[in-house]
Amino acid sequence: MSKPQYQLTIAGENALMLYFEQRIDPAISALVQQACALIKAELADDVVDILPSYASVLVIYNPFSTDLYRVQAQLQHCLAQLQTGDSHSGKLVELPVYYSKESGPDLALIAQTKNISIDEVIKRHQAISYRVYAIGFAPGFAYLGEVDPLLQMPRLATPRAKVPRGAVAIADRQTAVYPAPSPGGWNLIGLCPTRMFNPQAEPAMPVAVGDEVRFVAIDKAEFIRLGGELLDAAPTGAKP
Amino acid sequence: MSGFSVIAPGVLSLLQDSGRVGQAALGLTTGGPMDVPSAAWANRLLGNSSNATLIECSVGGLQLRAETHIFIAVTGAILPLSINGKAVEQWTVQQVQAGDVIELGMVSKGLRAYIAVAGGFNITPQFGSSATVLREGIGGLNGNKLQAGDKLGAQTVNKLQRQRLPARYRPQFNQTLTLRLIEGYQASSFSTTERQRFYLNSYKVTPQADRMGYKLKGAAIQCQQTQLLSEGICYGAVQIPPDGQPIVLLNDRQTLGGYPKIGSVLSLDCALLAQAGAGTEVYFTPISPQQAHNALCLAKVRSDAITSQLVNL
Repeated sequence: MSKPQYQLTIAGENALMLYFEQRIDPAISALVQQACALIKAELADDVVDILPSYASVLVIYNPFSTDLYRVQAQLQHCLAQLQTGDSHSGKLVELPVYYSKESGPDLALIAQTKNISIDEVIKRHQAISYRVYAIGFAPGFAYLGEVDPLLQMPRLATPRAKVPRGAVAIADRQTAVYPAPSPGGWNLIGLCPTRMFNPQAEPAMPVAVGDEVRFVAIDKAEFIRLGGELLDAAPTGAKP
Repeated sequence: MSGFSVIAPGVLSLLQDSGRVGQAALGLTTGGPMDVPSAAWANRLLGNSSNATLIECSVGGLQLRAETHIFIAVTGAILPLSINGKAVEQWTVQQVQAGDVIELGMVSKGLRAYIAVAGGFNITPQFGSSATVLREGIGGLNGNKLQAGDKLGAQTVNKLQRQRLPARYRPQFNQTLTLRLIEGYQASSFSTTERQRFYLNSYKVTPQADRMGYKLKGAAIQCQQTQLLSEGICYGAVQIPPDGQPIVLLNDRQTLGGYPKIGSVLSLDCALLAQAGAGTEVYFTPISPQQAHNALCLAKVRSDAITSQLVNL
């Protein structure tokens, strides 16, 4: 088995970037997870934060307890243990979604653009189990991939001023559930009643990087029963 | 609850400790004081831990009523500071009694003032920190900025050595800043010409400058790489979006982003930028990671040395 390739690049006064091959790929994501675990285990004394993403890990260290050379050497040492192959250990999380024109204002646009029925869009979105590649942008915002090629849609030309909490959305190869109301340029296809980020809950998020997510269609009654709320998304181009 | 009540919150007053670290995997940003050295001095003058909760008051206008006997210190931006209408000095430990009204006027130089109290404000941490991040609705009191009527818990302190930081050690608020930058991230995707353009030209702070980041305006620079996979953003990272105008990402930055970055501004200089208003002229100058480390360690040694020779009143 070949040794995984990586590159260490300076990011800032106390920050190093660990780059793997820059593509969206479960095998790369598995390396990111492994690297995070190794760094947490072996550099705990000096590392204050670790930010994993699709194909990189940002490592923030305490500049008063260590320095660049020591961190570089320790990283090289611990990353020598990286193994290729998808050593997937994440959990499977099912997220209910109320797909409909009223909860997913861009369903019709996707169906029309791709020349398929709305039912087909809904069916295909549920057919794949997605990987959590990264969490960021906002608390609890999990980037899930990859979306069925037939459902891949570019971001909206004009972002919405407000996307409701729970909005299930597609942008390019990614899908996500908005954890809180925010502006957003993704295509909205449904609403999920599960809170993606709840500061009062332990854990605060139902998913972590490396987990698998499956979407399961529910009807309106079930959506309401699970605590979902129907709020209108602002039309595109609306001013806040 | 003894402590303080907020009579008027001013323009933007936020409870902050040294920031929320170790929670980036949830997408939580760090928050914390925008001018770290000034905030640190407020706590240091009072003998507090560097993580004690204080208030960052941007632009000014905060009025508090003390409901306990305690000591306070106000640092950062220059503003008129008074207790019961009587002017008192900043960068100096001041004693207040229950019933006293503390008023921070509007800033005349700098943007952000810090008011710390002996022992720190007693705020329940969220995800390990009291730092308020409005965009996330996390920290402080229910994730909000301070509002009239808010109650802030604090100790009763009857005795404390009053100290002052001599004026020569206080920050200057210059109209021209030179920000030291550690090249990194996608720096090699910027051509030599583009990098020279970046270092030779001045930029102006625009009104799009807040706790998330400072958008600058000046010579546009281009990166050969335009889109990349979203990746972690560190404090001070200088992002170059397609319009070529740099954005220095600060305390409340998004944790992940997909625009190219040329490197990161030294934290000591981010603090100066955070005190700068729209129109301030900014230059960037590259330094090595070793020079950055030296600068950080020297600043720490220096502030420790100054602490040992503070003026007792």
